[in-house]
Amino acid sequence: MRSKRNNTLATGTVLLAIASAVLCAGEALGQDTKREGRRSRTKEVKPIEMGNAQVAELTKIANGRKLTVEDLLAAAKTYMPSGHHDDYVLFSSGGQSGQVFAIGVPSMRLLRSIAVFTPESWQGYGFAGDNDPVLERLKINGRLVPWGDTHHPGLSETAGDYDGQFLFIGDKANARVGVIDLRDWETKQIVKNPLTISDHGASFVTPNTDYVIEGGQYATVLGFGYAPIDDYKKSYRGMVTLWKFDREKGRIDVQSSFALELPPYWQDLADAGKLASDGLIFINSFNSEMATGGIEDGKPPFEAGVSQRDTDYLHIIDWRKAEAAFKAGKAKKINGFAVIPLETSIAEGILYFAPEPKSPHGVDVTPNGQFVVVAGKLDPHVTVFSAEKIKKAIADKKYSGKDDYGVPILDFDAVVEAQVELGLGPLHTQFDDKGYAYTSLFLDSAVARWTLGGEYSSLHAEQPWKLVTKTPVQYNIGHLCAAEGDTVSPDGGYLISMSKWSVDRFLPTGPLLPQNFQLLDISAPGTTMPVLYDLPIGVGEPHYCQMIKADKLKTWTTYPEVGWNPHTQSKDPSAPQAGKEGVVRTSDGVTVNMTAIRSHFTPEHVVVNEGERVTWRITSMEQTIDATHGFCIGGYNINLSLEPGEFVECTFIADKPGTYPYYCTEFCSALHLEMMGYLQVKPKAGPVVGDASH
Amino acid sequence: MPSFLRTIVGPRVLEAEFAAHPFRYVMPSILLSIARVMLLLSLFFPYWEMELVAPQYPDGLFLTAYVHHLEGDVREIDGLNHYIGMRPLDEAARIEREMSIWAVVAMVLLVEGAAFVHSKWAILLALPAILFPVAFLADLYFWMRKFGQHLDPKAPLSSSVKPFTPTILGEGGIGQFRTYAEIQTGLWLAIGCAGLTIVAFWFHRRAYRPLALRMAPAPSASKS
Repeated sequence: MRSKRNNTLATGTVLLAIASAVLCAGEALGQDTKREGRRSRTKEVKPIEMGNAQVAELTKIANGRKLTVEDLLAAAKTYMPSGHHDDYVLFSSGGQSGQVFAIGVPSMRLLRSIAVFTPESWQGYGFAGDNDPVLERLKINGRLVPWGDTHHPGLSETAGDYDGQFLFIGDKANARVGVIDLRDWETKQIVKNPLTISDHGASFVTPNTDYVIEGGQYATVLGFGYAPIDDYKKSYRGMVTLWKFDREKGRIDVQSSFALELPPYWQDLADAGKLASDGLIFINSFNSEMATGGIEDGKPPFEAGVSQRDTDYLHIIDWRKAEAAFKAGKAKKINGFAVIPLETSIAEGILYFAPEPKSPHGVDVTPNGQFVVVAGKLDPHVTVFSAEKIKKAIADKKYSGKDDYGVPILDFDAVVEAQVELGLGPLHTQFDDKGYAYTSLFLDSAVARWTLGGEYSSLHAEQPWKLVTKTPVQYNIGHLCAAEGDTVSPDGGYLISMSKWSVDRFLPTGPLLPQNFQLLDISAPGTTMPVLYDLPIGVGEPHYCQMIKADKLKTWTTYPEVGWNPHTQSKDPSAPQAGKEGVVRTSDGVTVNMTAIRSHFTPEHVVVNEGERVTWRITSMEQTIDATHGFCIGGYNINLSLEPGEFVECTFIADKPGTYPYYCTEFCSALHLEMMGYLQVKPKAGPVVGDASH
Repeated sequence: MPSFLRTIVGPRVLEAEFAAHPFRYVMPSILLSIARVMLLLSLFFPYWEMELVAPQYPDGLFLTAYVHHLEGDVREIDGLNHYIGMRPLDEAARIEREMSIWAVVAMVLLVEGAAFVHSKWAILLALPAILFPVAFLADLYFWMRKFGQHLDPKAPLSSSVKPFTPTILGEGGIGQFRTYAEIQTGLWLAIGCAGLTIVAFWFHRRAYRPLALRMAPAPSASKS
């Protein structure tokens, strides 16, 4: 009896121990993981084999449509069956549209636009009434400037590689930089440069996105000042601004940002050094002549005056030294913004020049950071500088002289590595994983592939620093973009030619023609580099674009929590909650607390008095991918996009009495048309408008 | 020990007897212990799941029932259900879900108790655990039927969707949805527990019935 009880107890204890262990394991196993549905999105595809009948049919189709074998291969390389996803996302500037476009590669399908500098009604960007924070941030000196000329997107980088977190975009027309959060693909911030009205060289980032570089362009009196053009040399200045980026907050920290005063040489594009050239910034310039135009007075026009000298100056800036000078209080304030004076930059060894063939355009650092490629524009060469030689020349003070402002000019022969003749009008350069560089040739209307030297020589079969091949593009290529082609580890494979003129490529669209984005297959080494696809862009004239591997983007498909405020990227305490909807009247006016879920708004009746200030808050209760609602009030210029979980607020003065149906502007459900309500603005006194009995 | 209690608790095993047939007497205890662990473990696994498949939901919608809560796309399914006037799923089986953990623990303790009872009454203690899987499915059916049959007649789609009973096991359909409902790990564990308990009881009776007969006083003595 005793033994039996002991036995049972022992067994029980052991089993309890096992049980608790198994329970812990069970708990871990029981965690919910992402479910695979009954219907897999991408079906298992077996390797195909073409029978005679299929070959015959394909041939018939090709001949019927006048397609070549190359065309068929191009189609096979780019065609994306329904539900298949692209390998890359191309973030492109949207030119005068003030937006950013996202395009899938290799399918070249437009995925969406992102509103930045221009109000955009689908995204509800700038249509939230009087106090819309979007409109507030688009104001310059109190005036609404609701458009931008977006030029250069800059993806945020970690250790010189795209990290997929943020995208910066420069507005040339108004010298602004927009910050887009790539979790929800929405613009979070716009900073206006306090020094200049317009500029060109934004946005380029330092390898860890410590700074966003905004280069200048047309020299002015910094801080929006006035000086007669005759005082050009004395009073006009160029600049480069280094915007400090606070990755934690996802915002540019204006107080920690600063600029460098530069001679009025019309600074152009910029690129940050990396690896071997880490800590440097390279900027081109194209008016070291300091031409001031005046064609109307018989003086040389800018186009001639700016192109007189054989060389301009490649600007070499040590940004860590500049940062130290700024932190040491050596900057002066212009229009409230910290600017390091030119004398300080010279004295502290922050700024050096190197002669470069006249009026170049792009400056691009090779992936290993060892070389800086300057494209000639008016010179058929690209000129390759060595970062190592630049550093040595600075250390050895190997100068060929100083410019009019006292900036030391490095001896050209001491810093140049190679010059490669490519053809007419070289503009911009990108890189691949095979030791090739790709340069756009505007006048030749072609993409040139050429070989890099140094440690890249072992990657390709050809001689270093030699032109390999050219592929004609249609027409007048500006920027070009290879897959992750401006990072420390380019992917190769695909290249985009951003062709400025399309001429005969598409059906006529009136006298205003679309741009032409052309996809080139650069996966094969040597001389094969075919064009695969033409994508017309009929929304603006894009400039630069960047291509990021799609799986680097950690995009939200719904907001993380219901009541999410995209402006703060957090759940908003004032977001209306389900069951607590209603109209609240305070001394300030009326607050409408509304929720939206398929297929109704709550409340559906909102009555206010004429002249009342209305604050209208809406929470989308949706948590389902793509269950987006819209909200518009016709006549009050209100249109909001309510993405799943999003909280949006709009404000207006109900100054026009009447009956205003409000409704959902996204076809959300079968009962979408029923998703509406009435805003009734009661007249102050007198007969009711529209009432026949009065 | 009073005699009725002795009758219920059943005969005790003497040391010599246990030493002679250890396997016979340990077997029911081991099986019941495993059954108890399975039932406890089931609390951490889903009992039942329905996948709803429709063209606009390429990944499907899932409704996953644990004994004490619902998981999956409950909000979305509730959102869709409001069109046909079905009440939110969270309103179903509230009491059952609240009690469920304690009920399962109680069942485990009862099975534990059954291991100490050596008479045929042990089956009574084990009965809740044996019937539990059936009771779970019956309750699920009850609520599904109740919700499906009592649709709000003023709902937007009440004219096109008539009251119905969702299929709780296997394939069904409602509107543009096909539904696939299956028993999940948790319920399989509970079913395993029930099965093992029955098997254990067979071993139990094989061990203790002869023992009881042997140890019982002679019939004549008991009658006098």
